[in-house]
Amino acid sequence: MSHHLLEFKDVRFRYPDGTEALKGITFLITHGESVGIVGANGAGKSTLLLHMNGHLLPTSGAVTVGEVPLLKETRPEIRRKVGVVFQNPDDQLFMPTVFDDVAFGPLNLGLPPDRVRERVHEALRQVGALALSDKPPHHLSGGEKSAVAIATVIAMEPDILVMDEPAASLDPKSRRSVIGLLNSFHHSKIVASHDLDLILDVCARCLVIRDGAIVADGRAAEILSDATLLAENNLELPLTLQGRPAREGPRR
Amino acid sequence: MSFEAAYSGLGRLDRLSYRDTVVHRLDPRAKVVATMLFAVAVVSFPRYEVLSLLPLFLFPVLIAALGDIPAGFIAKKVVAVSPFAVFIGMFNPLFDSAAVAIAPGVSVSAGWISFASILVKFALTISAALLLIATTSFPGICRGLRRLGLPALFVSQLLFLYRYLFVLIEEAMRVVRARDMRSFGNRGAGMRVFVRIVGTLFLRTVERAERIYGAMLARGFRGEIPSMRRETLRPSDAVFMLAAGGFFVLCRLVPVPQTIGRLLGGLAG
Amino acid sequence: MHMADALLSPAVGGTFWAGTIGAIGYASKKLKEHLDDRKIPLMGVLGAFIFASQMINFTIPGTGSSGHLGGGMILAILLGPHAAFLVMASVLTVQALFFADGGLLALGCNIWNLGIYPCFVAWPLIYKPLAGDGRNPRRILAASMASGIAGLQMGAFSVVLQTLLSGKTALPFGTFLLMMQPIHLAIGVIEGFVTAGVIHYVRAARPEILDSSASSVPLAAGISLRNVLIGFLALAIVTGGALSWFASARPDGLEWSIAKVTGKGELPEQQHGVPAALKGLQERTAFLPDYGFKSPSGEPKAKKGEAPAWPAVDAATSVSGLIGGVLVLVVAFGIGWAIRAFRRRSIP
Repeated sequence: MSHHLLEFKDVRFRYPDGTEALKGITFLITHGESVGIVGANGAGKSTLLLHMNGHLLPTSGAVTVGEVPLLKETRPEIRRKVGVVFQNPDDQLFMPTVFDDVAFGPLNLGLPPDRVRERVHEALRQVGALALSDKPPHHLSGGEKSAVAIATVIAMEPDILVMDEPAASLDPKSRRSVIGLLNSFHHSKIVASHDLDLILDVCARCLVIRDGAIVADGRAAEILSDATLLAENNLELPLTLQGRPAREGPRR
Repeated sequence: MSFEAAYSGLGRLDRLSYRDTVVHRLDPRAKVVATMLFAVAVVSFPRYEVLSLLPLFLFPVLIAALGDIPAGFIAKKVVAVSPFAVFIGMFNPLFDSAAVAIAPGVSVSAGWISFASILVKFALTISAALLLIATTSFPGICRGLRRLGLPALFVSQLLFLYRYLFVLIEEAMRVVRARDMRSFGNRGAGMRVFVRIVGTLFLRTVERAERIYGAMLARGFRGEIPSMRRETLRPSDAVFMLAAGGFFVLCRLVPVPQTIGRLLGGLAG
Repeated sequence: MHMADALLSPAVGGTFWAGTIGAIGYASKKLKEHLDDRKIPLMGVLGAFIFASQMINFTIPGTGSSGHLGGGMILAILLGPHAAFLVMASVLTVQALFFADGGLLALGCNIWNLGIYPCFVAWPLIYKPLAGDGRNPRRILAASMASGIAGLQMGAFSVVLQTLLSGKTALPFGTFLLMMQPIHLAIGVIEGFVTAGVIHYVRAARPEILDSSASSVPLAAGISLRNVLIGFLALAIVTGGALSWFASARPDGLEWSIAKVTGKGELPEQQHGVPAALKGLQERTAFLPDYGFKSPSGEPKAKKGEAPAWPAVDAATSVSGLIGGVLVLVVAFGIGWAIRAFRRRSIP
């Protein structure tokens, strides 16, 4: 029985101020999949992600991770299986040093100090940030912070890795290394992003969300080359698929 | 001090604190205790003492030299923060005008001597405080304070403050720069705009705190911030504290400059 | 209006440090009992916010001079007194270290002056009763002004007391007061306006922050004012006695300030009570000599209102002392310079 399962069954969510952010989301993700989530701003991407680790609880419907249903009491267990990397690394690196940040998760899992040290070392090695171990987060560059933020989550060895805009505000080189990183992971992956080229590079499957509902679910290569579908969702073809002819100078 | 100047001074001290020298490697507890003892020793000198204080300069001088901290930087900061002490101290010559002879034929009002004493004490204590942070990272000091017995709750939020200090300062700088670029002369820098800036920053801060809390929960936080370090005092730390403490006591009990002067006088004549 | 080490005596500094540490321990304990986990990151980040806000200046209408935010009052309103006190203490600690605001001994006094009065006195006794349910803007303004002014007046007065009790200044009590209090009255008014403005802004944007804040922790549970005062007095006696081992042979400062206030040339001799006991303790432990300019007994007493006549100092000793002093400085700084030069050479 595969434990790397994420299932949403008719999940609805309404914010305290009345906004209906999710209107019946249903999908299933199996072991080893890499899934992109795209959509216009305000479509519900972030709200959806926040349900995956129990940060938000559905107003109705069910979320199941492995065999564990998402309930208030099962949140700690869910959070051990689902690791979420939020948009802003500054919000996730809250400890005095990189080492402390990456160790935070494993220590909360109750691991003994030497196992924690192993996990930290391994996670930092995987993201290429071993040299940064003793630095305080505010001495890191944007790309370094993103890498370390990912390390803080993979140190907990989750079954599913969820990421919200992993390469936003990164320079091209850092962005490229994040893409390489994600491709090297064996976790099941869910990536929400406006960066359609990143989704194309990292994800095999793609969900399109509009107004709190899923309007498309299929192979990323197909969905992301459907210009009409993308346009309906305030999106464009990924740049790599746009085939721009070379121009002589600036447009007049 | 302008915003930018304050920020860059802060940044420089912060970066200095993470260097690796023999002083940096001392246990934070040892350095905190030594610096506090130093301050107590300095202020324990009576109000008219000036000369006997001078040997104590060896402490900050050694720390700066061995810790590779630029002397000019420290000196400039000492001068920059002197206004209050100078302002209060400079009344001493006005109110304390009894004449004292300090050398044959040279007499000065006692108030000047107590003012000089204040200035010397100021230079000593302030440079020692700056050198403490210059040679000990703030998180290191916090860990030391925790080991010395301060409550965990207080130390945890001290660490959070420090972590987000630069983030908040940068946010504030951006807002202030936006304000300054859109105001002509002084019109924009009034209180109403200030209140709005502070209000906005406050709301953003609260929202950030909520996101941070969410991130903490996502990694299993259940109320206690876990820690792993077990730093024990080493012989070098003990030696440092004893040597420093001994030196302070010596300077307090023995008037070093006068003794040296007398010895020289004895040699000469 | 921060205290500086240079103006403090060990006894005063130590006493206030003891009081501050006690207050930190107390506030931490009380907070922990009712703590909502979310408050831990919130307190820290708000501390950073206050710190950053204090770096922004604004022009005060009508004067053109610039003002800064204090923050104690805003914190107390938003977080409750215990959390607010801890946050103020942290902000001041960071300032003491990074901005060298006064020094480490004075930090104890500063946390007391800028933390205790706004959080544990002005907020519960003045702001809360006046502000009522916190929805009436006019009441908020009045409450902010009154508590802001009161808190700052108490803080400023504390500084005056601490400085005079330390005895390093020759400023007479009255003059010092006249310098400190009016300025801080003005600052208090400004602080009141700003506090009210920010509260108003927050209430308009996100009222739930204000409603869920503050009064979750009962303030004075289990503490009586009398016990606090007794504890403080005991602390002062113990610290004063212990630290005067390390202090000058005569309590110069205390005598001087009292003399100036009462207009008498000298303290009337007290045969009984605490002052006599302290003086006796001083005399018996005064093996720490005072190498300043001595007034040996038998010299003519001071005329009323004047400093005592200092005897002419032996010329030879004073010159040799000065030379010794210069030598000491040269040696001390020379050692530092040599070490630095040596390190530079050994670094490629």
